[in-house]
Amino acid sequence: MNAMAGNYVTADGRQIGGVVMEMKNITLRFGGVVAIKDISFDIHEGEIRAIIGPNGAGKSSMLNVISGFYHPQEGEVWFRGSKRPPMKPYEVAQQGVARTFQNIALFEGMSVLDNVMTGRLTHMKSGLFSQAVWKGKAEAEEIENRRKVEEIIDFLEIQNIRKTPVGRLPYGLKKRVELARALAAEPKLLLLDEPMAGMNVEEKEDMSRFILDVNDEFGTTIALIEHDMGVVMDLSDRVVVMDYGKKIGDGTPDEVRNNQEVIDAYLGVAHD
Amino acid sequence: MPDQLLFAIEVTLNGLMAGVLYALVALGFVLIYKASGIFNYAQGVMALFAALTLVGIMEGQVPFSHLINAIFGTEIHHFGWHVPALAAIILTIAVMVVFAWLVQVLIFRHLVNQEPILLFMATIGLAYFLEGFGDLMWGSDIKKLDVGLPQGINGWIDQTTFDAFGYGFFIDNLDISATIVAIILVAGLIIFSQYTKQGRALRAVADDHQAALSVGISLNFIWVLVWSVAGFVALVAGIMWGAKSGVQFSLSLIALKALPVLMLGGFTSIPGAIVGGLIIGVGEKLFEFLIGPMVGGATENWFAYVLALLFLVFRPQGLFGEKIIERV
Repeated sequence: MNAMAGNYVTADGRQIGGVVMEMKNITLRFGGVVAIKDISFDIHEGEIRAIIGPNGAGKSSMLNVISGFYHPQEGEVWFRGSKRPPMKPYEVAQQGVARTFQNIALFEGMSVLDNVMTGRLTHMKSGLFSQAVWKGKAEAEEIENRRKVEEIIDFLEIQNIRKTPVGRLPYGLKKRVELARALAAEPKLLLLDEPMAGMNVEEKEDMSRFILDVNDEFGTTIALIEHDMGVVMDLSDRVVVMDYGKKIGDGTPDEVRNNQEVIDAYLGVAHD
Repeated sequence: MPDQLLFAIEVTLNGLMAGVLYALVALGFVLIYKASGIFNYAQGVMALFAALTLVGIMEGQVPFSHLINAIFGTEIHHFGWHVPALAAIILTIAVMVVFAWLVQVLIFRHLVNQEPILLFMATIGLAYFLEGFGDLMWGSDIKKLDVGLPQGINGWIDQTTFDAFGYGFFIDNLDISATIVAIILVAGLIIFSQYTKQGRALRAVADDHQAALSVGISLNFIWVLVWSVAGFVALVAGIMWGAKSGVQFSLSLIALKALPVLMLGGFTSIPGAIVGGLIIGVGEKLFEFLIGPMVGGATENWFAYVLALLFLVFRPQGLFGEKIIERV
């Protein structure tokens, strides 16, 4: 356990819970290239945790390790108090880890509503037959799922495009639909891979507001990757900084901002 | 009513019935293509194999009997029992599910993320393998398939139309049953894909693999499911065609008739497969009836392909296919 272990209270007075996910000495290699080198950090319940770093620092690789798309050669992943065996991405999702993608992975041919409904798949338990004939448990379940989905659609202000095929939407809205789909799973941990990439200032502000509101309203634990320092510092409770696959800083935004190694990594340092 | 018009109506009705059978084969293609982007050349052979297995089980045939006899010098051919049609159909479905699972585990699991042309080549290989395997397992003689469906002219329609118009329509009972079965099958497939969890997962996988994984869908499971459903559709097509013209090698060639149906209806649309099948069925019968005599007949052999060619030129995505939009 590191120095930050246990519960704590954030600067704005929110009570943060225990550890949800802990990465212990993760090392990930692609052939001879070391993408992640011996990194450890944890994510607490209810907090917004950011992973930042310059291009190629290994941020996305880290997110892919958490969501099961990559499997580290060394190190352990602990989720909700137990060590996680190597898992397929869909199994990780079934455990309650939802994610969005840097370059948006939506079901382009389906409507916004159908896309968000797929987020509920892990919550659907009734049998094939009862779903087909629309009776008993299946009916109640579908109604409950629809209610939850409509709530999220309302929350993210995408009611007016509910029936629109996703393929027709502009970039910023697609990002929001992807967030809605991830939220629909009511995740124990929500991973956002560059939620603000490619957005203009106004869209970035909207997205920041949604991320804060999601955390506030649903108490969702969020881990996000960003590239844009400014946005991250305003959003997150604690920040991990990576550079060339190594962790060079970990702490509150203020602590990280004043960390000499972080400043060097971002601004460059004179070699003499 | 003039005789000519009555003939035309009768021809149209028969065309619709034939179209249903084409649509049944095309459906199997659409299912697999939608979910995995694989154009399954083996769909026709799957229909043949399913029909062979069904007959084999019903007749109590010993599988691989020729092989066993050749190796051990025995003379066994039959178990000596007969399995009722319904039980045999259920057993055949089980065989097709095992087949789907094997196809996934042995072939397509190893070809994830490969070029579509490679996947297509793999299905060609699968088609030839399955054709030979079916022969080896059940023998290559022409078999009669009778699952108890009514056959022959429908007397009621004949009598009613004769009383009304003075000319009795010839409609085969088997075609009527095929139509009813196809309607039930399609309704079932639509309910399955629109209203069930697995159906929604299937549509999700068809759209984006990565996104599907991230919402907790197992790709392997969905693909086995899709191949099983396609195997079931192949069985239904095999039963209908087999009952009509016997279970024999030429059954696998019905796949070629499905191609123009797919070009008309679009490769990704279940309603498209139905409508495409009906258009081809009616089109080729009417064309033969109206234009055939002027060009010396036998137009049924090429009409469907020419129609498909026209569609390729003017509407390449088919009637119901997804329009290819490239956003720039």
